[in-house]
Amino acid sequence: MEWETVIGLEIHTQLATKSKIFSGASTAYGAAPNTQACAVDLGLPGVLPVLNEEAVHKAVIFGMAIEAEISHYSVFARKNYFYPDLPKGYQISQMELPIVGPGHLDIEVDGVSKRIGITRAHLEEDAGKSLHEDFHGLTGVDLNRAGTPLLEIVSEPHMRSAKEAVAYMRKLHELVRYLDICDGNMQEGSFRCDANVSVRPKGQKEFGTRAEIKNINSFKFVEKAINHEIERQIELIETGGKVVQETRLYDSVKDETRSMRSKEEANDYRYFPDPDLLPVFISEDYKQQVKAQLPELPQAKKYRFNEQYALDDENANILTSSRQLADYFETVLKESGCEAKLCANWITGELSAALNKARLEIMESPVSHERLAGLLARISDNTISGKIAKQVFEEMWRSPATADEIIAERGLKQITDTGAIEAIIDKIIADNPGQVEQYRSGKDKVFGFFVGQVMKEMQGKANPGEVNKMLQAKLKQ
Amino acid sequence: MSLTTDEVKKIAHLARLGIDEQDVESYARDLSGMLDLMARMSELNTEGVDPMAHPMDQVQRLRADVVTEQDNREKFQAIAPQVEAGLYLVPKVIE
Repeated sequence: MEWETVIGLEIHTQLATKSKIFSGASTAYGAAPNTQACAVDLGLPGVLPVLNEEAVHKAVIFGMAIEAEISHYSVFARKNYFYPDLPKGYQISQMELPIVGPGHLDIEVDGVSKRIGITRAHLEEDAGKSLHEDFHGLTGVDLNRAGTPLLEIVSEPHMRSAKEAVAYMRKLHELVRYLDICDGNMQEGSFRCDANVSVRPKGQKEFGTRAEIKNINSFKFVEKAINHEIERQIELIETGGKVVQETRLYDSVKDETRSMRSKEEANDYRYFPDPDLLPVFISEDYKQQVKAQLPELPQAKKYRFNEQYALDDENANILTSSRQLADYFETVLKESGCEAKLCANWITGELSAALNKARLEIMESPVSHERLAGLLARISDNTISGKIAKQVFEEMWRSPATADEIIAERGLKQITDTGAIEAIIDKIIADNPGQVEQYRSGKDKVFGFFVGQVMKEMQGKANPGEVNKMLQAKLKQ
Repeated sequence: MSLTTDEVKKIAHLARLGIDEQDVESYARDLSGMLDLMARMSELNTEGVDPMAHPMDQVQRLRADVVTEQDNREKFQAIAPQVEAGLYLVPKVIE
């Protein structure tokens, strides 16, 4: 039988605020355990949560960016369950009236564009961390993370393959970083994903029973975990079994998912409006203000790069994958005065390769935009060839010198003295009568041999265009 | 609407409340009475009435995103039953 996969994702993004969603404790990552957990975060009696305006602001920014309805009136609710990293016995979340209503995000898989619906996004508080290493048979609890603002973004079950799910997750990751609402650091848990996966016979309208895979925290694992889960469900059904609704954990070491708890018991959260918090009101003016301040979004930037700079999709996609990279490109372009294609190729080529190798982000690039612009300008005005430029770039990566300094110091300037080039061409023609004969009898391929010889003799410092022109003229004599 | 004794036990379990077996019957009766009252209220026509999220007719005041809390770990941990290496210790929980 042919099966169809149905996937919906719930993504938790930690909002990049300085203080917690309901208290004035710091959200900075990596502090000593419990040094950033105040009375509110600990759930001590008598405390009152007060909502952080920046958490609301960031949620509205996100809503605007996905063209969602922003609820002018939203309500916090208590989600009740017991776990030691949640000291109050409930998580403050939103149920009936979330801050962000239906919106959408467009993804691209294998060149085909697809619109993924976003059901809602709601504000809530993060829980602390339980450490299960052995503390004499006890569990250790660190509540520094408790109360960190989260925006939980829930998609519609619109994805039909693990590939689409990864594309959606990447797109969302790119977007929250563009908007500067989340640092996107997956190792530190700033961006976490749960996947709802089910299968159904192709053509069937009703959804199959779904399993939820929890906390898959890298793009690679999301794809593997979902594919594994699809296989598990199909095999189960085809051998006469039934999928049960449950939460499963992905084990990246064994590459398998295993049952964590069945939904019936865990899902009885008994939500009710939190009497400690009043409804949040968002005015039309406020929404318009936020909208006016939105940065250019990745998709729009990509189309602009296509149009304005005549870049192909591949270059435009890479350059707009982060705001910083796009800014770097546009700065180099402006400072060098070179063609957009030359700048794009160098940034997505040499520079990206070097950054990847050194595991650096564009902001950490040892070659600043000024220095790269200086190098590209010298290619553009024929001072050096592209080949020599690669040598100069390697040197620039290691030293703080400018391209001009390196070119001068190492004598890499292209030889434009046609007399010098002519002398070498004459010598090579004289030294290789056999090849000259071949060329003249119509073997055009031999031409490359002559170019190579001349360039070798000149240590790459001749302008290839000039060499070609002069060689052709000489060989025809 | 009437709650069964099993439902009462389930609710108690979810809320982590210890209740005596002999009291289950009377809890079921009392809680059923409350639910009946709500059922009666549900009969009212509330068309055009906005659902009430809070008895106070006000909206939430927001605080500026500023760190105002100091590290008071020592004071908090002085009243905790058991701590080690800065962590609060609790009976082992394994997923």
